[in-house]
Formats: sequence, structure tokens, C-alpha cells
Amino acid sequence: MNPPVATAFFFYLLAATMIIGGILVITRKNAVHSALALITALLAQAALYLMLYAPFVAGVQIILYAGGIMVLFLFVIMLISIERNMKERQFNKQWLVGIVAAAALGALFVTVYTKTSRGVSLFIEGRMSYGESQNTQMIANLLFDRHAGMYMFAFEIASLLLLVAIIGAVVMAKKRI
Amino acid sequence: MAYCSEKAMNTLLHISTLHYLVLGAALFLLGIIGVLTRRNVVIVLMSIELILNAVNLNLVAFSRYWQSIHGASALHGQVFAIFVITDAAAEAAVGLGILIAFFRNKETVNVDEVNLLKW
Repeated sequence: MNPPVATAFFFYLLAATMIIGGILVITRKNAVHSALALITALLAQAALYLMLYAPFVAGVQIILYAGGIMVLFLFVIMLISIERNMKERQFNKQWLVGIVAAAALGALFVTVYTKTSRGVSLFIEGRMSYGESQNTQMIANLLFDRHAGMYMFAFEIASLLLLVAIIGAVVMAKKRI
Repeated sequence: MAYCSEKAMNTLLHISTLHYLVLGAALFLLGIIGVLTRRNVVIVLMSIELILNAVNLNLVAFSRYWQSIHGASALHGQVFAIFVITDAAAEAAVGLGILIAFFRNKETVNVDEVNLLKW
């Protein structure tokens, strides 16, 4: 099988899209602009999942995240009127402490990720098999199979969590309980 | 480019697991800056979604790394990523419900005006 072509170009293009989208999310005054930048970042992340040979997770990301959660965000932004908020101050009083804390965490990440043991990098990969045709079937095996799957209980708990979230969201948003 | 060493160019051009982890870490930092710095509740919630996406990228990158070691069926990271997406949907729904209730009471969406319990 042939390895994929132009991997570095697409990776850096998608990574730049995600980082620029993230910066636009946290710095825009208008919440609708932030939501659109986040949708761009989520779609770029779905493409990165495709590069990592995870087509099912990429599909779930587009359908659920970009198509469900962000649409919910846009509906709520439409319902609450934030024009008055757009004229006010946008950043906290403790914005400097926040940036210092994030910079400290970034320094920790840099220290961990550049540490090598005797010149060898941390994650040495074996021989990659490029198959992705059985991806959905194998995820279904892990989730639902009685003998080989171990995530059946977590799946049921996740559906219970969704039920609780639906009831909670309806109760929180009602006018009179 | 004579000033870049061969090893550095090789590390930059050959995309490994480490590249995805560094990208995930950068997104995580952007999300944390958004949560700690902004006053608008909606943008804080969207920064939390950025953080969860960074975690998902880490999980799927490690799932690909495990596939290279344990064979093509070691997809635990991807299953975990699906559960994290489900969790993010539930949390976003409840968070936005709270936001609507909060806006109905105080007519503002700034987090630092929620200070009734402050001493």
C-alpha cells in the first residue's frame, strides 16, 4: 500500500486553521463571530481525524459537534440579546493572572514534550497499517460485542447521561417550573 | 535552507504522534486563556468546547499510535473520543440552559456580575 502524499502540508494547513480559529474564538467581541470561528476549527479537526485514519470519529464530529452543539450555541446567542454586552469591556480584571497561568502550563507542556531519553523521542511508532475500511465495524465491536467489547456499560451510562441532560436543560430554561 | 539542520527538517516534515500532541496542547492553552479571561458566558462555554476538542485530538492521536503497536483493532482512544463528544453535548445543553435562566433574571451575560454569594 502506498503511504499518503503531502501529509506535512495538509497537517500544517489544518493546524494553522485550528489555531487561528481558536485565537478568533477567544478574542472576538461578537459572539456570533466566535461561534463561526469555532465551527471552522471543528471542521478542521474533523479533517485531522481523517488524517489519523479515524473516519467514524470524523463523521461524529461533523454531525454532532459542528452540526448539533454549535447550532445550539447559535440559537441561544440569537435568543439572548447581547448587543449591550458588545459595547462593554470584554476581558476580566484578572486577565493577566489568567495569561500567566496558561503560560506556566505551556512551559510544562514544552518541558514534557521535548524531553528525550538518550536522544530517542518519546513515542516510537511501529509499522503503521493504513487500513481504515473496517474502522466502523471495529468500533462497533468494542462498543457492543458481548465477548470482545468492554464499553457496553459506558454506552448505557452515556445514554442515561443524555436523558438527564435533556431533562436538566428543559427544567433550567423553563419560565415556570 | 543551509541553516536548518537535517534532523530539524526531518522532525518538521515527518508528521508523528508528537505533532498532534503539541497541536492539542496549543489548543488546550487557547481554551484555558478563553475560560480565564473573558467576561461573556457564551464565549467561556465555547472555550470549554475548545478544551474538550484538544483532549479528543490527543485521544485519537494516541489511538493511532497504539494501532501501530498492538494491531489495527486497538481503537480504545477513538471510542473514548466518541464518549467525550457525547459528554460535551450534554454539558453544552445544560450550560446553555443555565445561561438562559441566568439571563432571564439579571439581563446580563457577564460572569463577573454573578456575585450574590461573594463575601
